[in-house]
Amino acid sequence: MHIVVCIKQVPDSAQIRVHPVTNTIMRQGVPTIINPYDLFSLEEALRLRDRFGGEVTVVTMGPPMADASLRKCLTYGADRAVLLTDRFFAGSDTLATSYALSYLIKKVAQEWGEPDIIFCGKQTIDGDTAQVGPGIAKRLNLLQLTYVAKIDEFDLAAREIVIHRRAEGGIQILKTKLPCLVTMLEGTNDMRRGSIEDALRGARSEIVTWNAAEAGIPDLALCGLKGSPTIVKKVFAPSPRAEKAFQIEVQGKTPAEISDAVIGEINQRQPGLEQDIQKMAAGF
Amino acid sequence: MANEKFDAIVVGAGPSGNACAYTLATRGLKVLQLERGEYPGSKNVQGAILYADALEKIIPDFREDAPLERHIIEQRLWMMDDKSYCGAHYRSEDFNEDKPNRYTIIRAPFDKWFSKRVVQAGALILCETTVTELVRDAHDKVIGVRTDRDGEAIYADVVVLAEGVSGLVGARAGLRSIPKPDTVALAVKEMHFLPRETVEQRFNLEGDEGVVIEAAGTITKGMVGTGFLYTNKECISIGIGCLISDFTESDQSPYGLLEAFKNHPSVKPLLAGSEVKEYAAHMIPEGGYKAIPQLFGNGWLIVGDAGQFVNAVHREGSNLAMTTGRIAAETILDLKTRNAPMTAHNLAAYKARLDESFVMKDLKKYKNLPKVLHNKHLLTTYPQLLSQAAQTWFRVDGVDKKSKENEIVKSFFRTRRVKGLLGDVLGMARGWR
Repeated sequence: MHIVVCIKQVPDSAQIRVHPVTNTIMRQGVPTIINPYDLFSLEEALRLRDRFGGEVTVVTMGPPMADASLRKCLTYGADRAVLLTDRFFAGSDTLATSYALSYLIKKVAQEWGEPDIIFCGKQTIDGDTAQVGPGIAKRLNLLQLTYVAKIDEFDLAAREIVIHRRAEGGIQILKTKLPCLVTMLEGTNDMRRGSIEDALRGARSEIVTWNAAEAGIPDLALCGLKGSPTIVKKVFAPSPRAEKAFQIEVQGKTPAEISDAVIGEINQRQPGLEQDIQKMAAGF
Repeated sequence: MANEKFDAIVVGAGPSGNACAYTLATRGLKVLQLERGEYPGSKNVQGAILYADALEKIIPDFREDAPLERHIIEQRLWMMDDKSYCGAHYRSEDFNEDKPNRYTIIRAPFDKWFSKRVVQAGALILCETTVTELVRDAHDKVIGVRTDRDGEAIYADVVVLAEGVSGLVGARAGLRSIPKPDTVALAVKEMHFLPRETVEQRFNLEGDEGVVIEAAGTITKGMVGTGFLYTNKECISIGIGCLISDFTESDQSPYGLLEAFKNHPSVKPLLAGSEVKEYAAHMIPEGGYKAIPQLFGNGWLIVGDAGQFVNAVHREGSNLAMTTGRIAAETILDLKTRNAPMTAHNLAAYKARLDESFVMKDLKKYKNLPKVLHNKHLLTTYPQLLSQAAQTWFRVDGVDKKSKENEIVKSFFRTRRVKGLLGDVLGMARGWR
């Protein structure tokens, strides 16, 4: 079995700040990490490989320094890593990214076999669009299973997969044919810690690095800024809420006294709330 | 993969570990460096001043691509009381030389650079990998390590412990004891960002020139310690540190000390308008010569902070770390060339080489000083007396100069008496010799 996992190296958004004057994102000195949502997909891929055998290929598109994230995937236990890097890709939006990645996956398929399943993260923490995975599925004409909470059954012989998908108001149980593209939900598994053997292999392995030509990208006009119709109209930092946090003075010490004081304070500040709640409660 | 064996395993990716791994790898040895942090340097904290000589002996062309901040042309020593400082400044155009002697650095980019050079030299680095124990053979020789990752032990001819002041591998294996609270200082620091021009104007600098201030006195609230302020290109590093044993006995907190130091009337204008972007804390081994543990044994060596290699008087540490790392590597290389086994007997050459170097000579020179510095008058009473004396001397108020002189002399005797003064002078002299 061959599994391809798409990851992205992102700035650690917890440490990012917006420049107060220019409103641009200040990336300088901000450490980069593997997009956290991608790790749930990588772990799921590794689990499938451990159960059914085969290989996991991790791919990314990004600057040369993205090789650090790929190397980390190898230490988790991935079998190989491919970096697509070229100045033509600078400024890609999700349309251009999914275009480039779809050809990268085709090239990976040529080199190491057609993938039976492709994993992407649910979304990235820097763009938050959740468009690249579905974009790749569309371009490769694959069935797509997004927001997957659990892989229930995986039958390589019958080439079928059954998954639980989180949907509005409930869980969908879906069965589909392989190959397909899956994006995993967060919290569905815990990323493993690679063994010392994996770690040594990861530190030693060569990262396969291709430019646009080597990856066989046919039309560079569809890549990078040129191939990106998205226009950033305005970037702004949300203004802080007008009302600040405040402390509630509580006389008593028991939980009942403390909660009474808190509820009393809320009722005082939100007149009518108590009535609304009582009305709602009456409706049940 | 089983029985994977290296020529040397270096535990830790700080200055001593990097110096050792680099020196071994450039000479073709198969080196594995293990680091518990997320990336090399993630656990490292320093003021930070880089003493060029130690690094130059390891990477002669380091100035070409190492991320350096400013070369130091001016050193200020401040004795402070709550409102004043009495200082000695030395500034010289001689420090504007082709190959400057001291630089300020920011450790995050510097460590990244150093580690990259180690990798380029051919060493293998595993991060997020904590060494949990040393593996020994039937003759009690250290032959490898086990880590917190699943899998086999990793073997090597020799294990170099560059695990830093708080490393536990050596302590767990009984090779060294955990440093005592009165031999370790806790230092905290902040990075204050300011526009480049502002830094240069406030400190009277041009281009990449830099100033460092070392400060002692009432800023440490009677505890043994010092404060520092270093200029970087676009920021100022400011910090303060005191012995842990003193912190435990006092009601002071490290960040409280730093806040007070920052708000001292002589310091505050230097930081005005800055933005704090980084806060860090680290322990500094300050036990000196007498706190140095056994440094070698059957299949193992200790380098850097783990060996208490810090010269607290001259604020030197990273250079001792790099030098001990290099000398350890040279000892190993020498034994390898002669096909000699890494026994305690053969590795004793490491200690012999250290004894011949400035590292041991300097630490030995100050071997009694840590004890002398426990005399709290040196860092509290005298700065106050000095500052009062300076004020009496400079203030023009109709009092005649002879009376002023008498007043100054009297203030010293009143505070410390003849016996105290004599004892302090003798103690310092003995510690210094």
